[in-house]
Amino acid sequence: MAAQTDPMLPRPFRIEKVTHETADTFTFELSQQQTNGNSGFDFACGQFNMLYTFGTGEIPVSISGDPARPQRLVHTIRAVGSVTRAMKKLKKGDTLGVRGPFGSAWPVQQAEGNDVVIIAGGIGLAPLRPAIYSILQNREKYGNVVLLYGARTPQDILFEKELREWRGRFDMQVLITVDHALGTWKGNIGVVPDLIKRVKIDPDNTIAMVCGPEIMMRFCVIGLHNRGMEHDTIFVSMERNMKCGIGLCGHCQYGPEFICKDGPVFPFSKIRTLFDIYEL
Amino acid sequence: MNKKSKPSTHTLPASQLQKIIDLLYDQGYTVIGPQRRDNAIIYDEITSTDALPAGWIDVQEGGTYQLQRRDDDAWFGYAVGPHSWKQFLFPAKKKLFTIERETFRAQAEPADKTRYAFLGVRSCELHAIAIQDKVFRDGPYADPAYSRLRNNAFFIAVNCTEPAATCFCSSMNTGPGAESGYDLLLTELISSDQHEFLISSGSAKGRALLGTMELPEATPAARERSQELLTRAAEKMHRRMDTEKARKLLLANPEHPHWQELGTRCLNCANCTMVCPTCFCSTVEDVTNLTGDTAERWRRWDSCFTMGHSYIHGGHIRSSGAARYRQWLTHKLATWVDQFGVSGCVGCGRCITWCPVAIDVTEEITKFEPVTRDTAA
Repeated sequence: MAAQTDPMLPRPFRIEKVTHETADTFTFELSQQQTNGNSGFDFACGQFNMLYTFGTGEIPVSISGDPARPQRLVHTIRAVGSVTRAMKKLKKGDTLGVRGPFGSAWPVQQAEGNDVVIIAGGIGLAPLRPAIYSILQNREKYGNVVLLYGARTPQDILFEKELREWRGRFDMQVLITVDHALGTWKGNIGVVPDLIKRVKIDPDNTIAMVCGPEIMMRFCVIGLHNRGMEHDTIFVSMERNMKCGIGLCGHCQYGPEFICKDGPVFPFSKIRTLFDIYEL
Repeated sequence: MNKKSKPSTHTLPASQLQKIIDLLYDQGYTVIGPQRRDNAIIYDEITSTDALPAGWIDVQEGGTYQLQRRDDDAWFGYAVGPHSWKQFLFPAKKKLFTIERETFRAQAEPADKTRYAFLGVRSCELHAIAIQDKVFRDGPYADPAYSRLRNNAFFIAVNCTEPAATCFCSSMNTGPGAESGYDLLLTELISSDQHEFLISSGSAKGRALLGTMELPEATPAARERSQELLTRAAEKMHRRMDTEKARKLLLANPEHPHWQELGTRCLNCANCTMVCPTCFCSTVEDVTNLTGDTAERWRRWDSCFTMGHSYIHGGHIRSSGAARYRQWLTHKLATWVDQFGVSGCVGCGRCITWCPVAIDVTEEITKFEPVTRDTAA
């Protein structure tokens, strides 16, 4: 029946694995509960799903897994509201509703042949992780690859094991900073945009992908622009309230854009004039 | 005007309108028409022309709506009320699915197979439906429930000869006469000794129905009278909206100080968005039964004037009333054009009438015009 393809109906997914990333952030690995043997969940890096917990509600969450491994759908979630707090209580074997994937993607193909600067703040690393996986799998297609990551405290650093791995690679530069820390922290203290000054940027041959709080993205764009990058080579991922994910409910409007179907990933040049408007 | 393609116009004695209603019921339609209820003209199911608001006119102004007796017994002698046809095609509250905890299979609500026949649709309202078509039916994702109800509906338009003081459709080219989007079109002609309609069809469905009626061809005098009524109706409208200019002004002035002033007057009651025939925002509510075994998702109308509309973790994006008013007006008159190729306003004036503090969009838009140096000095 057409019910299977109705974009407003959540499909059941089983939680196969729960990873506690930080005190408030966790990762679900999900598998599709389908009887027809349809196992893979294809998506593009940067897209999101609407995740539903039974009876509690539904929220948009970016996909944080590897697009080359579609057998498991991976979401990294921070418990901040009623739905995400209900999700935090779910265990392996529980079921979650999924609608999607929706939205635009990081320009991983467009970036081929260029240097890539990836800048993430807090849980903003989760929507960028699929792009990082994808770029590293095709590493020879890219020039320099840089990851700048900032968290509030050392305890809030996401995907620590992978960050160590990436930092250990000879073909990738990884710089990490935290907003504040105790004396045991030997790394950088400061905001993410400050890291931009410390990396080599070839402005004519670089694509930047930025995801984090709006204030952080604002200063990252300024920092990259000051290094000579044009606004159409800087990509940001935006966030707004969403109820439907398919452009019908009106909630995610951002000027003329619907974040759910025109975004969430935008070249900054497309939203530059909107970005400066307070409370838009 | 190409006279060849002009469909033939007939005369329908008022007493014969009942026959059209009966024929529509015979064909399986549920007829919805105007009625007087709670001192307003509202739209609800109708089986007899006796239920039409004969002899009533709606006197409207900013923040004011009053029904008064007319000098005649016209059935469609009012403009538009608080209802619009939106509530039938895009219901204010609708169950989307039911889901069991055990199986976690979401069962979509069975499709509403009602075939509506809307009697008394104004030109502005036909334009509003065409706008909602672009939102719900013609985009990359369609709302199947809307598309079905809308595609199955039968539209009997009635030319508007009695615009309210709040109307401004003539300046937006959305009325007062209907030009397309209807199956049948009526113009009410009433005098001391006769009550009749001019009737013409605008679709194959309408032509087929009209074909069964054997009505006389309209006289040139009656046609002339109908034209005259429409010209007079257009002349009666004093409020204006320059669509192109409004769009430019709003896009150029997102930080204009007038937004703050508007924010202090607007009560954020959301009335304007509820009565607007094009506003389409909705939210969803997830509920469970008492045992927690069954859950449902309901969709209901939402408004950009509520705080929750822009809530994301950590707070509300549009926490000031000024920002919420700016979102509504800028979307309606400016960014709607970017999204759907048309303005989101049809000039029906409902937002002016039903605003409790009488904010008038046609007046407010002029406040964004640059002050010329001569007058500023």
